[in-house]
Amino acid sequence: MKLSARLLCAALLIALAPFATQAQTLRVGLAEDPDVLDPSLARSFVGRVVFTALCDKLFDIDEKLAIQPQLATSYEWSADSKTLTLKLRQGVTFHDGEKFDAAAVKFNIERHKTLPGSNRRGELAPVASVDVVDASTVKLNLTAPFSPLLAQLADRAGMMVSPKAAQAAGDKFGLKPVCSGPFKFVERVAQDRIVLERYPQYWNAAAIHFDKLVYTPITDATVRLSNLKAGQLDFIERVASSDIAKLQSDKKLKTSRITEIGYQGITINIGKSDKAKANPLGRDARVREAFELSLDRAGLAQVVMDKEATIGNQWVAPTNAYYAKNVPVPKRDIARAKQLLKEAGVPNPSFTLLVPTTSDTQRLALVVQAMTREAGFDVKIQVAEFSTGLNMADKGDYEAYVLAWSGRADPDGNLFSFHGCKQPLNYAGYCDPETDKLLTQSRELRDPAARKKVFEQIAERVNKERPLIYLYHRNWLWAYNAKLSGVREIPDGLLRVTGLKLAS
Amino acid sequence: MFDFFIKRVATIIPTLIFVSMLIFGLQQLLPGDPAMILAGEDQDPTVVAYLRTKLHLDEPLPMRYAYWIGGVLRGDLGESVRSQEPVLDLVLQKLPVTVELALLAFGIALVIGIPAGVVSAVGRGSAWDYAANVFALWGISTPNFWLGILMILLFSVQLGWLPASGYVSPFEDLGANLAAMIMPAFVLGNAIAAVLMRHTRSAMLQVMSADYVRTARAKGLNERTVVLKHALRNALTPIITLGALELGTLLSGAVLTEQVFTIPGFGKLIVDSVFNRDYAVVQGVVLVTATAYIVLNLLADMAYFLVNPRLRS
Amino acid sequence: MSAVLPAPHAATPATPAGPWRRAWRKLRRRRGALVGLAVVLAFVAMALFSPWIAPQDPIATSWSAIRQAPSAEHWFGTDEIGRDVLSRVIWGTRASLLAGVVSVTISLLLGVPIGLAAGFIGGWVDGLISRITDAFLACPFLILAIALAAFLGPSLTNAMIAIGVSATPIFVRLTRAQVINVKVEDFIEAARAVGNPPLRIALRHVLPNIAAPVVVQATLAIASAVIAEASLSFLGLGQQPPAPSWGSMLNTAKNFIDNAPWMAVWPGLSIFGLVLSFNLLGDGLRDALDPRQR
Repeated sequence: MKLSARLLCAALLIALAPFATQAQTLRVGLAEDPDVLDPSLARSFVGRVVFTALCDKLFDIDEKLAIQPQLATSYEWSADSKTLTLKLRQGVTFHDGEKFDAAAVKFNIERHKTLPGSNRRGELAPVASVDVVDASTVKLNLTAPFSPLLAQLADRAGMMVSPKAAQAAGDKFGLKPVCSGPFKFVERVAQDRIVLERYPQYWNAAAIHFDKLVYTPITDATVRLSNLKAGQLDFIERVASSDIAKLQSDKKLKTSRITEIGYQGITINIGKSDKAKANPLGRDARVREAFELSLDRAGLAQVVMDKEATIGNQWVAPTNAYYAKNVPVPKRDIARAKQLLKEAGVPNPSFTLLVPTTSDTQRLALVVQAMTREAGFDVKIQVAEFSTGLNMADKGDYEAYVLAWSGRADPDGNLFSFHGCKQPLNYAGYCDPETDKLLTQSRELRDPAARKKVFEQIAERVNKERPLIYLYHRNWLWAYNAKLSGVREIPDGLLRVTGLKLAS
Repeated sequence: MFDFFIKRVATIIPTLIFVSMLIFGLQQLLPGDPAMILAGEDQDPTVVAYLRTKLHLDEPLPMRYAYWIGGVLRGDLGESVRSQEPVLDLVLQKLPVTVELALLAFGIALVIGIPAGVVSAVGRGSAWDYAANVFALWGISTPNFWLGILMILLFSVQLGWLPASGYVSPFEDLGANLAAMIMPAFVLGNAIAAVLMRHTRSAMLQVMSADYVRTARAKGLNERTVVLKHALRNALTPIITLGALELGTLLSGAVLTEQVFTIPGFGKLIVDSVFNRDYAVVQGVVLVTATAYIVLNLLADMAYFLVNPRLRS
Repeated sequence: MSAVLPAPHAATPATPAGPWRRAWRKLRRRRGALVGLAVVLAFVAMALFSPWIAPQDPIATSWSAIRQAPSAEHWFGTDEIGRDVLSRVIWGTRASLLAGVVSVTISLLLGVPIGLAAGFIGGWVDGLISRITDAFLACPFLILAIALAAFLGPSLTNAMIAIGVSATPIFVRLTRAQVINVKVEDFIEAARAVGNPPLRIALRHVLPNIAAPVVVQATLAIASAVIAEASLSFLGLGQQPPAPSWGSMLNTAKNFIDNAPWMAVWPGLSIFGLVLSFNLLGDGLRDALDPRQR
């Protein structure tokens, strides 16, 4: 091309540039590489971050953990609470153009329940069958009342995939997921990036202001933050608690801190295996009470999490509506702890605290070791890789284990699997028939006030035995480009892309 | 000559068999139940049982080895249980990245190591020797993950000259690719620079006292010509074979360097897969890299043999 | 871990102290090696006398003194749970030196006998050992170490075993090559003719003559082992809390680089100093023990 022609082209491009570039990309830094992107098979927390953009759900939750419509516009329980009728949104299509309707909902629920290896089976266990009433109404028939169902449908169990694509791909669906969220799947390079692009026919397209989303997993928190500061990312999750304070003064960045719906705690083997009887901590509830009383939760939150945590002693935070006020967080009391140990006949109990290799849990163990020493405890620390530790916990081959839980919107999700007899996550081996009855009751009641009363009873019973010492609820710490607006601080720690805008 | 070649190739088979057994054993004997880890947070017992069957975990070790090797011989390296991607796809995806990183690192090692070796040999015993030594050695005297983090903080965060992470294919944008790869290549190349320096130095010292160099000096050629034209050319011969040998070091170093710089190569994949107990991935990747290493070594041996007629006797 | 290309042999029959005294004289003339030796000895002294040199208890925590900058009371500052960094660096010398020395000792104890056997016996024994060694060498060193450390469980001892076992093949190969070179020498033939049993020949005649390159490689291997321990600690598989090791200190410190850089600087410099010194020493030893160099 001649020089003058080239200059003309360049000039035109520059002049037209502002009209051409609506193409905005949001670059998000994740703390891990997500696992398989199939809502039925998915099992990691970080996968859910990608799902918020890729796959719409029947419901969503808001900042107050209240159920909000997404693919379902309204719901109605039958009088006996065994049937849930959902009204579906009209005009929704999947990324491959297929219509979203009641038949699709039926297909998806059945897929969640029957696909081999599906992790949603247990979440939807009480759902016996799904009836298609008409194209936009569907009925879920339950074997027994189950109030956490709505919260389940606001998570992966409520995600809807295209029946046509799912049938064609079978269990390989996760390699090229086809959902109905604001963004559709473009490509995935393992350990490198997940790229999504905007789906123009999304039912709420007006609220989507990006053309492309790129998720990059960066495991090291320092490196992740460096990427944000260097301008290569627009948003990062899980900022280290020691870094967040300094970021407040950085004009180019904004931060968010959200109390999580999960918790950090120490699980004690009180009946999972013979090891429980062999150790005073597992044997005697008074020793466990002494252990709890020798802890200074506020000190722990300060040293381990730089105060980026809310102290608590239950499976939900004290700020949660379902927190049982009749079992308040105890204050540190060394004198009483020593007295309890004397009564139990073990003034210097010794046990091994199993800890995963992450740096903040190791810090936690060290601080616990130092704090409890004052009451006479001799805590030995054993570090185990996560996979090994999990196996040991499952076999009961441990005395105490530092374990956290990411949390579920409904308190039942933080409770049932942990304190129900022989439930999969009940590593403590706690088994009390009365508590089991109360747990089942709390699931079947619909009225929040009635449920709260039951939770209060459960709290009292669990607190007496102390199979799990709840320590605190960590803050989700986000950092992002100051020009990013519309960030919703929802306690599940997942970034919602609807309404997000990046000013240029 | 042909005999030698055949004999060497024949040794590859048993070696590869041992490699496969070694890496299989190292993975499968790791403590922890992979079915539990892969079953995720909720630990649904049905899922755990399903995974145990799928991964043949309840069958005896030799059977599991047979399943795996049978698949490998048919070209099926299994799939990642975590993401369901076929291991072969993962390998093909990441091979070019690691190869590029290795080549760049080796290039940087040449640029640092060879001059340092020459200076050290020529200025033997003097302060130059000492300085060149330290210059080349500092690369293997610092943990590479450490060096990487410091470089990111300096060049990406403070100065903003280079990107902190992110790999761009060279076919998409060569400039961006090089910008992203230069720091990790430097960190990796540093380590190998030391080895190259040592070999250059020792080869140069050997050669410089050789007869033909004395002849060159006697002829009146200036020192520079002597060093560069005669000594160095001969000293460089083993360098080629060194490249093959150092592949192992490169891959080891890449493991953590890729983690820090978020380069999607083999290293990062292997580390994460070890901790996630994603057996098939680790076994497949190590088998591929080991094969490459062994083949490269064979080629290097052949090259050395061809180049040095004295070895043929 | 990188291997040394074995130098073509120029073995001389071992006479008591002869080559070693010559070597020491040559070593004295190489400034770099002397500096390396001096620094190594200084670190060894630091490790031996830690209880007396360290100003404070390395595991004493203090909630009020978290991540404090260097001051009169804490020359190197404090770490994330209030421990004195200087004391931890001093005590950490033990772990790092141990990591280096014990790992290499394990490699030597395993590698040299196996290499001797392979080189001396030859035949199918050699074939088998060589193939297995090749297999080990074909796997990236760090992967082997990670897998072994994960298998044994995270601890400094297990990390040392893992590193030691992973580095063994290099010594097997080196020893074997040296033995093969020396095997054909006249004095070995003579010893055989006189009727010495093979084991005696191996230990009294072969071993002393192959010692030099093995010693050099061992010195360099210590350097690599210290780095390997730091790498394993980076992944959570090395020294466990509350005991200090430079590697695990670096691992923790990397999370606090921005707000507490002193936590990282001192362990980092210590590793650098120790490893560089071993490298200089090793290189110097190689020169000193190389009979071809005057």
